[in-house]
Amino acid sequence: MLQMTHISKVFRTELVQTHALRDFSLNVAEGEFVAVTGPSGSGKTTFLNIAGLLETFDTGRYELDGQDVSHLTDAARSRLRNEKIGFIFQGFNLLPDLSVFDNVDVPLRYRGFSGVERRKRIEKALEQVGLASRAQHLPSQLSGGQQQRVAIARALAGTPRVLFADEPTGNLDSLMARQVLEMLEEINAQGTTIVMVTHDPELARRAHRNIHVMDGQVTDFTAFASAQGERESLAA
Amino acid sequence: MFSYNLRLAWMSLRKHPVLSLLMIGAIGLGIGVCMTTLTVYTLMSNNPIPQKSDVLYAVQLDSWDPNRSWGEPNEPPPDLTYRDAQALMQSDVPLRKVAMFKSGFALQDAAEKLPPELVEARVTYRDFFAMFQVPFRFGGAWDASADETGQQVVVLSRKTNDKLFGGADSVGKTVKLDDREYRVIGVIDDWHPVPKFYDLTTGDFNEPEELYVPFGLAAALELVSFGNTNGWKAEEINSYADRLRSDLVWIQFWAELPDAGTREAFMGYMNQYVLEQKKLGRFPRPLDNRLSDVPTWLKVREVVTEDSRVLMGLSFLFLAVCLLNIVGLLLAKFMGKAAETALRRALGATRWQIMQKNLVEVGLIGVLGGLLGLLLALGGLQAVKALYEDYDRLAQLNGQLLLLALALSLGSSLAAGIYPAWRAVQVAPAGLLKTQ
Repeated sequence: MLQMTHISKVFRTELVQTHALRDFSLNVAEGEFVAVTGPSGSGKTTFLNIAGLLETFDTGRYELDGQDVSHLTDAARSRLRNEKIGFIFQGFNLLPDLSVFDNVDVPLRYRGFSGVERRKRIEKALEQVGLASRAQHLPSQLSGGQQQRVAIARALAGTPRVLFADEPTGNLDSLMARQVLEMLEEINAQGTTIVMVTHDPELARRAHRNIHVMDGQVTDFTAFASAQGERESLAA
Repeated sequence: MFSYNLRLAWMSLRKHPVLSLLMIGAIGLGIGVCMTTLTVYTLMSNNPIPQKSDVLYAVQLDSWDPNRSWGEPNEPPPDLTYRDAQALMQSDVPLRKVAMFKSGFALQDAAEKLPPELVEARVTYRDFFAMFQVPFRFGGAWDASADETGQQVVVLSRKTNDKLFGGADSVGKTVKLDDREYRVIGVIDDWHPVPKFYDLTTGDFNEPEELYVPFGLAAALELVSFGNTNGWKAEEINSYADRLRSDLVWIQFWAELPDAGTREAFMGYMNQYVLEQKKLGRFPRPLDNRLSDVPTWLKVREVVTEDSRVLMGLSFLFLAVCLLNIVGLLLAKFMGKAAETALRRALGATRWQIMQKNLVEVGLIGVLGGLLGLLLALGGLQAVKALYEDYDRLAQLNGQLLLLALALSLGSSLAAGIYPAWRAVQVAPAGLLKTQ
């Protein structure tokens, strides 16, 4: 699903160069749930931005869903983001002036779906996250957990191939965090690949595989199978 | 997508009402000032008879003072003497020709039920109506014999006919002009050439006269001129006959010359006439006869003043200053929404889609500003009317100008919005999303 080979990314200012990613290689298989951990400044966010086509990279090769995206135009990258990628952010990133319904509608508008199709998808996504009855509420009228569920609905409405989650439970209390995590697991169980950046080791343990990033490189990862085994034993 | 963007634009304007009002007000003010001056300028520079403006010619003969020209530089007088006008009327070259002047009468209904009223009249030839395409509501022009014999017939304006006959067909009825009875032979329909090109000596933008009588009556009834009369030498004028023989200029003369051949022939006729008059001691200045078509005539007579050109230029500069301010305000507004832009980009909007969204917002500001500008322009034109009586016809917004105002507002606001809208989509989405 996601294949990065020898990716490097350098941020340059007049005075300094920062190597955010160096020789970064990673494969994520279709249907995997991968947790990316690492200390602040290790390059997790840069990785997520590049993986989510929000940022370009300097060298290397990146294939997303079998397509080489290394040299795509900005418009083509936007189309791919819209069609194949869903984002869930730590701060929810909902548009405060739009209702829940309209927030979920945003990516669908840029997809060019008909009104009927959009409504169908929005209603289904909101139902999936248990917020069908709150469609006309404003984000400010919802709790943090509900807001994050709206963000998940927004990401799901476009039926993405891969979901990138950046500290999805970072702003939530433990109960809400658990609900959100269960929701992500359910989405993953239905076949959507998930790549989640997190600081939370407990959250990371729930993923199929952990990738540890340090100084812009993958320094450690647990194989899919062993992570799966660990997860099963934890559940038991 | 347009309706979606329009809805977002409206929400955005409502979210920041002060900023929005500031921008709408700035555009409205700029458009209001521009439209006020542009309306006056457009109507000033209007071609009053576009379908014939290249075949109608104002005639000038330089019968003026040998020591100084009538106008600078070496401009002949705009009017002719009575006898010169009569001489040119003898020419068979023009398709149509007309000598005329403005006069006035005490007008009253035949039964004398209404009080007499002083009205302006045009003393002219029958060709006047066909030449200047004057539309008739009832009847028509008098026949050629009325010009020669000075029959007491009259063509009324619609306004006069409404006043005296309640708008009914008055052809064949009688009115009293200076206590003499005149038979109504025609009633013209609404006709308001702007500028009043056929006689620019008494106000470029005045209303046409309220009635028209045959030129042949001038000498017979000693009709006085209500227009300008100019002379350059001391002449003893003790009677109307003296005035007709004098070198005073007060008659407007127009000729309809449909092609270059007739123009050349008529110029030859005029030159020949003047050369003959020179032998008699008249026309002391060098030969300088002129034929000016309508656009040239309006230019020669400086109908569009330099002041109004400068004023229009200044008003567009003012609009430019308003737009520059709007560029700054829009930049601040769009950059303030950078996080939203970044999020929309992350969710799959292309730069062009965001640009469209921003431009729809700018366009909405432009349209609202344009509407405000129209209101201000209407106020401005009322002020112009109040200040200048002659500008009554000029200070009117027509449908074309209304559309122009909206197009100008929309176009200028979009022009002002392109840079801020483009600048806003240059932000890198990754840097503005609340990630870790």
